[in-house]
Amino acid sequence: MTYFPEEVVEHIFSFLPSHSDRNTVSLVCKVWYEVERLSRRAVFVGNCYAVRPERVVLRFPNVKALTVKGKPHFADFNLVPPDWGGYAGPWIEAAARSCVGLEELRMKRMVVSDENLELLARSFPRFKVLVLISCEGFSTDGLAAIASHCKLLRELDLQENDVEDRGPRWLSFFPDSCTSLVSLNFACIKGEVNSGALERLVARSPNLRSLRLNRSVSVDTLSKILVRTPNLEDLGTGNLTDEFQAESYARLTSALEKCKMLRSLSGFWDASPICVPYIYPLCHQLTGLNLSYTPTLDYSDLTKMVSRCVKLQRLWVLDCISDKGLQVVASSCKDLQELRVFPSDFYVAGASAVTEEGLVAISSGCPKLSSLLYFCHQMTNEALITVAKNCPNFIRFRLCILEPKKPDAMTGQPLDEGFGAIVRECKGLRRLSMSGLLTDKVFMYIGKYAKYLEMLSIAFAGDSDKGMMDVMNGCKNLRKLEIRDSPFGDVALLGNVAKYETMRSLWMSSCNVTLKGCQVLASKMPMLNVEIMNELDGSSEMEENHADLSKVDKLYVSEMEENHTDLSKVDKLYVYRTTAGARDDAPNFVKIL
Amino acid sequence: MSVETERSSTESSAASGLDFEDTALTLTLRLPGSAPAPAPAAVASLSSSSSSAFPDADRKRASSDTDPDRSSPLAASSDAAPAPKARVVGWPPVRSYRKNALADVAGSSKANQAAKFVKVAVDGAPYLRKVDLQAYAGYDQLLRALQDKFFSHFTIRKFADDERKLVDAVNGTEYVPTYEDKDGDWMLVGDVPWK
Repeated sequence: MTYFPEEVVEHIFSFLPSHSDRNTVSLVCKVWYEVERLSRRAVFVGNCYAVRPERVVLRFPNVKALTVKGKPHFADFNLVPPDWGGYAGPWIEAAARSCVGLEELRMKRMVVSDENLELLARSFPRFKVLVLISCEGFSTDGLAAIASHCKLLRELDLQENDVEDRGPRWLSFFPDSCTSLVSLNFACIKGEVNSGALERLVARSPNLRSLRLNRSVSVDTLSKILVRTPNLEDLGTGNLTDEFQAESYARLTSALEKCKMLRSLSGFWDASPICVPYIYPLCHQLTGLNLSYTPTLDYSDLTKMVSRCVKLQRLWVLDCISDKGLQVVASSCKDLQELRVFPSDFYVAGASAVTEEGLVAISSGCPKLSSLLYFCHQMTNEALITVAKNCPNFIRFRLCILEPKKPDAMTGQPLDEGFGAIVRECKGLRRLSMSGLLTDKVFMYIGKYAKYLEMLSIAFAGDSDKGMMDVMNGCKNLRKLEIRDSPFGDVALLGNVAKYETMRSLWMSSCNVTLKGCQVLASKMPMLNVEIMNELDGSSEMEENHADLSKVDKLYVSEMEENHTDLSKVDKLYVYRTTAGARDDAPNFVKIL
Repeated sequence: MSVETERSSTESSAASGLDFEDTALTLTLRLPGSAPAPAPAAVASLSSSSSSAFPDADRKRASSDTDPDRSSPLAASSDAAPAPKARVVGWPPVRSYRKNALADVAGSSKANQAAKFVKVAVDGAPYLRKVDLQAYAGYDQLLRALQDKFFSHFTIRKFADDERKLVDAVNGTEYVPTYEDKDGDWMLVGDVPWK
């Protein structure tokens, strides 16, 4: 092979799209390393602190598409303290210095400021794609900068970000010359947008395939837009309730009927039951449907709609659909591959309207199901065993029983056998989240059977260190392990320390890990960052509460804090491999050992 | 601003947080001033069957006025996602973005139509249902809607005097709809004129 000229080797490499294959060839020899790094167009960084941005842009100067992920997954549920980190700034600055050819940037769970977006907008003349998922820290001003300067913008996809709203003007900043949009998603923007600007922008974007509006967009505006987008494949509606006029909705129906390519629908903000029938004519062509932000629709509204969606592959819905409604899904949607059932009420345990019955029905009616997220009121081993037999193709299986540690609803037993059946039957399982009453036994099953498992979420489960050790020793492909409120301690943490270098990260909160254990881990494994966080809220609140106490009491409090021994428990632990060493942007409450 | 956040801040004083059902019911139920009343012949064995009302819309409006007691906890909980200490933080694992967005939907639909949502629980049913009192013109309609929502549990039977009653689909025992009024007393639905 070494006799091939480098151009030929590079051409051969161009047939290797997967990151891991490219990583592998880069290890063969120095020449291949050079050829690979100079020809790499797409770089994925799964943890922004695993490598320094300067290092990445130096190695891959010709990168066109960069993806970076920030905070740990549990940040989604408020388990990572605010201001923990995950800043986009250093990445955008490094790229602006060394990779002016950057065209695509995707970021997830990162803190992105308006200044970052401004720099991004001005630094890359060929910039085309910006995707931000679950990010925060910016406002519509930053988006206005993107709109005004990225003349070739093809995709602006804002998914579930926390965006500060500074008025409707940002959308007007797209210049008249901007005609390249293929995808525009601003569903997460809370405020109004200028409907005239929106209509004009859509009208001059002949390639638009995906458009997701926010809830400020009216039915009338939506109808006008749809007339201009005959090639639309994916639509997120605006508000479907406002002063309801049959005429408006009739126009919407006729506009929708002209969108022959439309396959996926979402949005339905505040959708009134009265508007649903106007969507019916479209249902037979849909493969994706997201009704999960629509608590205004009940069982009968939902089932009347879903029963018409015979080609559906992906359904997101609230548990208002009920077990009975899921039976309708099971008998209508034979091609269903992905189902997510979200709770409509997060605070009343026992209020969820779906149970094991709905899941069993789905599994028997939808044999292609491979991805599940299911929030339910109760579950049984028998049901899980049936589900595992009916749907052996699960890749993602996430089950949340709303009440922690709830046993089998029929027998009162732990759900070990049920989840054991899932990992045993579903050989290709890559992602698993469990809940309910679980003992060490389930981890024995997982370690034994879940050979391809990459991500495991554990909450309120297990009895002893053995549980976690079975997972650490058994799951050869484990990349991410996140655990909360489970009785695993130092023995489990230190049982297989070499494993952490093969994994992206480990998160443990409210477990039995001690400071001493973390120190041992850090000293044994210098390539790991071992971050510990102790509950900041608690201590600052304590200070506030003690503010008016006498000095003696204050002294006592501080003495207690200083007397924390090595054996005191660590509240939150985040371990990840890194070539970057300890990060320098850690806030006070994060200690890196 | 949301029903959920309001409720959670009310409840954050509850000590343990695991007995969700109890805390939620006892701490949050209140009666809309206009709320209804009477049903006849209560069957003793069914005393615990209940329908309960929270006038979320009323409370929401009250709080957006000038009542300082209410506006302060609301302000505190409005920017951060609801994570009351009395509950298990981060459980159930629903993204805070989703929680806020759903709360917005619920909030705005109420603001627009002044809907009066009440939660209805039925003994033995594993779920509660949300019912908009504004959507019905009288007790008859409400009962029919309840039958629809809990169809697996009971059915409406018409009696000689043209009175409608909710009856268990299986064993025929009668359900008596009740609600808890603002003084914490259990009242029979239908005793007071509908409006």
